[in-house]
Amino acid sequence: MTQPSSQPRQTPSAISRAIIAVGRRGIGFVEFIGGMGYLIRDTVSSAPRGLLARRGRRLGWRNLWAQMVRVGVRSIPIVCLVLFCIGAILSLQMAPILKNYGAVSQTANIISIATFRELGPLVSAIVLTGFAGASIAAEIGTMVVSEEIEALEAQSISPIRFLVLPRVTATSLMMVCVAVVGDLMGVGGGLFVASNFLDVSAEQYFRKTFEAILVRDFVTGLIKAGCFGTIISSLACYLGLSVTGGAQGVGVATTRTVVLTIVALITVDLMFTGVFYYFGW
Amino acid sequence: MSTAIQVQSVTKIYAGRTVLDGVCLDVHDGETLVILGGSGSGKSTLLRLMIGNVPYEGGEIHIGHANKSIGKMTAPELEQYRKSLGVLFQSGALYNSMSVFDNVALPLREHTDLPEETIEIMVKIKLELVGLREHSEKMPAELSGGMKKRAGLARAIALDPKILFYDEPSAGLDPVTSAEIDQLIIDLNRKLGVTSVVVTHEMDSAFRIADRMVLLDRGKFVVSGTSDEMRESTDPLVRQFVHGLTEGPLTDRRRAGGYEVDLLGGI
Repeated sequence: MTQPSSQPRQTPSAISRAIIAVGRRGIGFVEFIGGMGYLIRDTVSSAPRGLLARRGRRLGWRNLWAQMVRVGVRSIPIVCLVLFCIGAILSLQMAPILKNYGAVSQTANIISIATFRELGPLVSAIVLTGFAGASIAAEIGTMVVSEEIEALEAQSISPIRFLVLPRVTATSLMMVCVAVVGDLMGVGGGLFVASNFLDVSAEQYFRKTFEAILVRDFVTGLIKAGCFGTIISSLACYLGLSVTGGAQGVGVATTRTVVLTIVALITVDLMFTGVFYYFGW
Repeated sequence: MSTAIQVQSVTKIYAGRTVLDGVCLDVHDGETLVILGGSGSGKSTLLRLMIGNVPYEGGEIHIGHANKSIGKMTAPELEQYRKSLGVLFQSGALYNSMSVFDNVALPLREHTDLPEETIEIMVKIKLELVGLREHSEKMPAELSGGMKKRAGLARAIALDPKILFYDEPSAGLDPVTSAEIDQLIIDLNRKLGVTSVVVTHEMDSAFRIADRMVLLDRGKFVVSGTSDEMRESTDPLVRQFVHGLTEGPLTDRRRAGGYEVDLLGGI
């Protein structure tokens, strides 16, 4: 008869534990990227039925419109305020330095390029992350907890087509629109400070702005904005759909959405800027 | 009597734990089958498997005379199958952003080409069946627990399903509301001629609605029989569960769980 071993189980060494922890993190990261990839693939493939097919489009367009209002229209006042302030701040910060070189009027050039290429899309995206991303993650997470997603599946209604597609499409489209408004408000903020406090006339400010801005500055900013919209909404939907563990899980998903989205936005922005720099755009 | 659903040796494993262990079960056409079992016995998991919402590791689940098991269905086949059934979830699972009317209308809008006027009439008929026609414009947050379940039931029958699944229909309801829901299940079964599968651990409710009952314990099939057969069973486990006894195999098992050792350690 064999006796059960009385030897205690060997605990892994500190190095093994570190390797295991890194390995788990690595696997988790790969799973996350894979999951996001599947979500985006399924969202794209559900678009024809969701928006064009005879049966799906009735609700598809209604959902899309509701999300566009929720994500875009309602966030415009906040984006306007934030970008106006940023334009004004930039103007005030640069004025003393430019004054030393007798080039205060160059404020318009710098603000317009910075806003159209970078700050307009990025700051609008960060505002939308807090405004729409967090609310999408919380909303979908709550639906998971209250069995609504399971009920949709049981009724043969794809949650990707019914929930994710309108949110991703609406956020991507409205992000472009919001970025345009944000760009204009940034320039407006700079104009307000320059014309009131820096002895630069409005006419001079506009002339300098139009001289500095090229179509490609505007277009590259909008391309970024569209991609930022897709990142915000797909991350929010993915993390919302991954919720486990009730109300606490919803809270965790909402926080993770905001943090991960901001990290992703800045990283992707850097990549875009690097690519545009390389091609001389 | 022909078979509506045939579950053959189904096994489900969650995170290394066997939740269902070779369960076999037949659901006959037109009957109300009640699946009994304590918390964690695997009854709700079995229901989710039969809906096709959860994949399983072993065995097969056949629907009607179809040769294909749910686990082997393609996405369009599964979609078609799900359109033929209705599910009432434990919480009602109403879509909180929609009114009761829109909740019931959703499957009709999604899966049919019917004009809005016809959908309106159909929704009113379904809501009348569950006694909620006057509350059609209310949001789910404005409804009581029993009303939520009734609205969930109206949504479940929106597409006139052949099979209805109920997950704990009486859970969390007062005795009168619970009896009302039970009566609704019986009426729908008679009026619409649907096959009903009800998961519950509430014996009063089970005895009221069941044509047949099965008992699951720790993921295993224990026994099947009519209400009278279950009531008169001599099996100690069935007796304890059906009559709600404090002494029997279920409580013995809990006591043998090593609580004292866990509490006192080596003292």
